[in-house]
Amino acid sequence: MGQYRFHRRKGQAKVVFVAWRDLQFAKGRFALMGAVIVLITLLVGLLSGLTAGLGQRNISAITSLPADKIAFQAPSGGQDLSYSDSTVTEQQWKMWSKAPGVESAEPLGITTTKATAGDKSTGVSVFGVKPNSRLAPQGGKITGSAVVMSTAAAADLGVQAGDSLTLAGRQLKVTAVADNAHFSHTPVIWTSLDLWQKTTPPTSTDHGPTATVIALSTTSEADTAATDHQAGTRTVSTEDSLSAIGSYTSENGSLQLMRGFLFAISALVIGAFFTVWTIQRSGDVAVLKALGASTANLLKDALGQAVVLLVGGTLIGTGIAAALGALVAGSAVPFLLTPATVLSPAVVIIILGALGAALSIRRITSVDPLTALGSAR
Amino acid sequence: MSLALSDITLTYPDGDTRLTALDQVSLDVPQGSLAAVVGPSGSGKSSLLAVAATLITPDAGTVTIDGQNTAGLTRGELTGLRRHKIGIVFQQPNLLPSLTAAEQLQVMTQIDGRDPRTARDRAMELLHAVGLADQAGRRPHQLSGGQRQRVNIARALMNDPTVLLVDEPTSALDHERGGAVLDLITRLTHQQATATIVVTHDRTHLTAVDQIAEVHDGRVHLTATNR
Repeated sequence: MGQYRFHRRKGQAKVVFVAWRDLQFAKGRFALMGAVIVLITLLVGLLSGLTAGLGQRNISAITSLPADKIAFQAPSGGQDLSYSDSTVTEQQWKMWSKAPGVESAEPLGITTTKATAGDKSTGVSVFGVKPNSRLAPQGGKITGSAVVMSTAAAADLGVQAGDSLTLAGRQLKVTAVADNAHFSHTPVIWTSLDLWQKTTPPTSTDHGPTATVIALSTTSEADTAATDHQAGTRTVSTEDSLSAIGSYTSENGSLQLMRGFLFAISALVIGAFFTVWTIQRSGDVAVLKALGASTANLLKDALGQAVVLLVGGTLIGTGIAAALGALVAGSAVPFLLTPATVLSPAVVIIILGALGAALSIRRITSVDPLTALGSAR
Repeated sequence: MSLALSDITLTYPDGDTRLTALDQVSLDVPQGSLAAVVGPSGSGKSSLLAVAATLITPDAGTVTIDGQNTAGLTRGELTGLRRHKIGIVFQQPNLLPSLTAAEQLQVMTQIDGRDPRTARDRAMELLHAVGLADQAGRRPHQLSGGQRQRVNIARALMNDPTVLLVDEPTSALDHERGGAVLDLITRLTHQQATATIVVTHDRTHLTAVDQIAEVHDGRVHLTATNR
């Protein structure tokens, strides 16, 4: 017993002969499935670009801040952090600036209002900073009557450096146009903190100057919990603070949910196709098994076929999505075209599709070669 | 002995009892000889072929192929044995619809883990032997029933098997083409020196076989031997 033993040969895994011939022979069927993969990839690719583009218009002013943490007014009654509800006092940012491990603690006021220049007006986010603050681009040019505008705000109002605009009833001078920062879907104008306080509704606090949050640059020595406790604030990383932008959380959550469903649908559709395909060719599989094909090789063959279809369809879909994205990227459509927004959905679709196909073709293992004897094909 | 079935007993579950398909069947087929297994439907012919093909493990008895007792071999080892030592000619051609006649043969080298493109010459040699060299590029739907059956036979010989098992090769063919197919199998058995079993219900073309085994109710009676 055991005299007859078999060894794997070197090229065993390379050959996808029958699978390749099937792809060529059943062109119509595979073209149909390929078209479905192309369309799903296109949809996911466009949705990813739009999600990232919309996100950018919500958060870019915060993610570009030279700060690693943001301190909010500690919310009461178990409420979540919110940029729109937070108000911090001068006492609090002074306390933070003296805390160990804190390199800088700068107040940042945020409010949304209307700016007018000539006959044009637009909604803007006013970011109030201290003079010479690092939080604003070209912060040295900001004074009580001079502002720095983001490129989008300047474009919307049709102004450039040296022009004037009206902000909350005050005539101001534009000293510079820099950065394409947005917050909550409005372009940003950087002003002095004093001016910001005049544009924002009065708060209930009577502790002197206020701001919305404190932008912190910290080292590893910073004990944020202790300083939060002392100052009555709650501090999170800049990235985590994005969930305190209400419009971003709800919008991004909905779009990500749609993307997730599309990924799941693509895996299901691909799995369903290969389930039907495997059932249809179970007779062929029985014959090949009876002739001596190993189940492992048949599985490799079938999975190779699925991967060829997936990679081909996904590449075409991604290419079309990238081309369409490039067309609309410069327009009013907020589409962000980056390797992350284009390639990562393609990779996810290939992985999930291959998983769906793998689950479908596993039924090859249960095909009985005995059925090839006496069967009519 | 290239193929030896010794005291094979095979039963199938049948409600609360078991049905005996083969009852202590023994059959020896030497290299280069042809044994015909005949009998009525349900007599156990197909079960005998399935046991010889290692597709069913018998309840008792031994199957020896090219001197190798198959008892105790793992499923993977039995698959390898079929790949290298056994050629099967199916009752219906069972050709893969996406492959040409030549590729039906070349796929046997893929099954063996080799690049099928390297086996083109051997495939053409066998297609020539069965008279189909000029049909090498045709797919199954472009071939006649007799041509498909000849591709089926050529495919079974692609890996130079020791044992050739042929299941009802004439059932879908008319008298003339059935005779031609059995003549071809006889000729190839001698040329390729295989131990061949042909299961058939058709006794009209059995003049050239070396032995005839009659199966009745799972038992075998050798009724004629030409050697």
